Amino acid sequence: MKISKLKKNHILKNGTVLDPFNETEKKADIHIENGKIKEIGKISAPKNSEIFDCKNLFITHGFFDAHVHFREPGGEDKEDLNSGSMAALAGGFTGVCAMPNTDPPIDTPELTRYIIDRSKECPINIHPIGAITKSQSGKELTEMGAMIAEGAIAFSDDGLPIGNAKVMQNALEYSSMFDIPIINHAEDECLKGDGVMHMGKVSTNLGLPSSPGITESSMVHRDLELAVHVGARLHVPHVSSARSVEHIKSLKKKSKKISAEVTAHHLFFTDEDLVSYNTNLKVAPPIRSVKDKKALISAVKSGIIDCIATDHAPHTIEEKEGTFDIAPFGMIGLETCFGAVNKILVHDNSMNQLSLIKLLTVNPRRIMGVEQDLFKVGSNAEITIFDPKMDWRFSKKNIFSKSHNSPFINQDLKGRIKATIVKEHITTVD
Amino acid sequence: MKHIHLLGLKDYPSEDIQTIIDTAYKFKEVLGRPIKKVPSLKGKTIVNLFFENSTRTRISFELAQKRLSADTVNFSASTSSLKKGETFKDTVQNIESMKIDAAVMRHPTPGSPLQLTNYIDAVVINAGDGTHEHPTQAILDMMSLHEKFGYLNGLKVGIIGDVTHSRVALSNIYGLKTMGAEVTLCGPSTLIPRYAEDLGVNVNYSIDEVIEWADALNVLRIQRERMQGGLLPSVREYRNLFGITNERILGHKKEIVVMHPGPMNRGVEIDSAVADSDQAIILDQVLNGVASRMSILYLLLGGKLDEESD
Repeated sequence: MKISKLKKNHILKNGTVLDPFNETEKKADIHIENGKIKEIGKISAPKNSEIFDCKNLFITHGFFDAHVHFREPGGEDKEDLNSGSMAALAGGFTGVCAMPNTDPPIDTPELTRYIIDRSKECPINIHPIGAITKSQSGKELTEMGAMIAEGAIAFSDDGLPIGNAKVMQNALEYSSMFDIPIINHAEDECLKGDGVMHMGKVSTNLGLPSSPGITESSMVHRDLELAVHVGARLHVPHVSSARSVEHIKSLKKKSKKISAEVTAHHLFFTDEDLVSYNTNLKVAPPIRSVKDKKALISAVKSGIIDCIATDHAPHTIEEKEGTFDIAPFGMIGLETCFGAVNKILVHDNSMNQLSLIKLLTVNPRRIMGVEQDLFKVGSNAEITIFDPKMDWRFSKKNIFSKSHNSPFINQDLKGRIKATIVKEHITTVD
Repeated sequence: MKHIHLLGLKDYPSEDIQTIIDTAYKFKEVLGRPIKKVPSLKGKTIVNLFFENSTRTRISFELAQKRLSADTVNFSASTSSLKKGETFKDTVQNIESMKIDAAVMRHPTPGSPLQLTNYIDAVVINAGDGTHEHPTQAILDMMSLHEKFGYLNGLKVGIIGDVTHSRVALSNIYGLKTMGAEVTLCGPSTLIPRYAEDLGVNVNYSIDEVIEWADALNVLRIQRERMQGGLLPSVREYRNLFGITNERILGHKKEIVVMHPGPMNRGVEIDSAVADSDQAIILDQVLNGVASRMSILYLLLGGKLDEESD
């Protein structure tokens, strides 16, 4: 992978431009001048232009991930904002929303400012998500107004559910003043107990403590009801169960302020992949059954689920080499996201390429309130160039995160990022 | 033997289970001799890794190893550096560096024996991994049933009690199903896995019906912490609904064999009158445990039986 500064005139030539905002697909060149979109169409390159040949490649908006964990501050042995940015660039992501479950958690305006300042030094756009409650303890609300003023894009105690329904209601009511999304990690902790995987035939065979789909869906249902009642914006992260999909479908009819996301790993794997006790597949919410996976795929295709996120969650090797009960929940996912979802949705389930790209670009930007029309002339260039047909096997050498906890190692993927343009730099992937 | 290790009985070949049982009979004969020791594993080194307390399984393995003339080292979590923060991987790789041939491991986490095979080259024998499997217990249970009945194919076995938290139950289910036996689970619905029927067994909540049906019962230990966990209302309630009481056994005019993996809670899951009766083969199980473990160690470590029979 190589990052270089864009030349004064940079031309992306001979590619197919997929514009997910205007929903168009056409053969065209893109002229980038001084890091901004100058023209899209048939371009005769000015002298001394740098030409990037995009033959057989698609050119689209830079991907946007509404859900990553970059571990800074406090967990820099696992990841920091710079290393996380490199993983993002390898995966075609030019913008990410960083979850606040750091050490200390991002629960004050000062800490929010810290992320904003640090992100200026990083090669991608990093938007901080603030904590809903102080210390993520699920009790007292944070200073949301001041945190938004500093740059918080949404609020979440991700990793920990808001167990108390009244606190959740208060959070939704308070955030509705600012019309900014609340994101609750929905897993009922009582039902979850010491569960480390999905409850089903596989967990019975493996003898592992498990929790069923309703561990998630009962809390998703509560959150949806509260959001409809209050009229607040609710974004349901990492939906994993078929039953949650049904609740989202029915309550979306009552409110336009509800959105939902699915991760690449919940679309790719099933609980049957855990028979090897691979701790890299230990994730919360857990990888569920074939039936759940099918429901998620069909929810993505029908629009019940609005966007795809990675929930990129780095953990050190020594942590993941612990036994299954003590290994932490989570896996990295930025580098593998596109190859995984493109394989499952476009290749295996005949989803339209442009529809998939919307789930990685305009939809998450709309949910998070970020500019969506990236191909407007004069915009800062945020572009991803990919080969939709390339078959490749993911391996450790494709990882740019500090951590290597990926269950995608040795998996065959389809579709590969070739280049990512953001902040006046172009990153090319070998 | 098809597998290098003995991690569990799921998908373990029936021929290999039968070979282990047949060989165990030969070792049982050795255990009846005045000098109960054979040189089969002389020069082999076995480490017993006990990350969880165990008395009978550890003693049974140690005795089996000594009877086979193997050199043994014992490791238990309480005396180990795990408490000093060393990782599981570092601990076992350190032990492996000391050149061992086999590791017998008891660990509270399901799947840890499989993980162990990634970290060391020695033969791994699972001596119980949390709520997953306890294959050597199931083999000794099957040997005891085979010894009593002369066959396993078609035998009707009831497994009674806390199946959800029982590695003994899961290994017995896999082994018995492989050997052609029929299995019915009986216990409180909070302690039977929700997807138990996917294992190819029946579930019946009436203990009397199960006694009437079964040739043999394997009675599991009920742990008192299940009551704090809200899974069981009381000992009295359990005993009333599922206890193997003398009255219950006498109420059925049939021979039924009773097993228990120990340690027993007399008066809870089983009455003393039953545990000490002729129908119970609980002490045979203990002796068969040593013979079965000798057989397993011998077959997996490539000992030579011909030498010692001379």
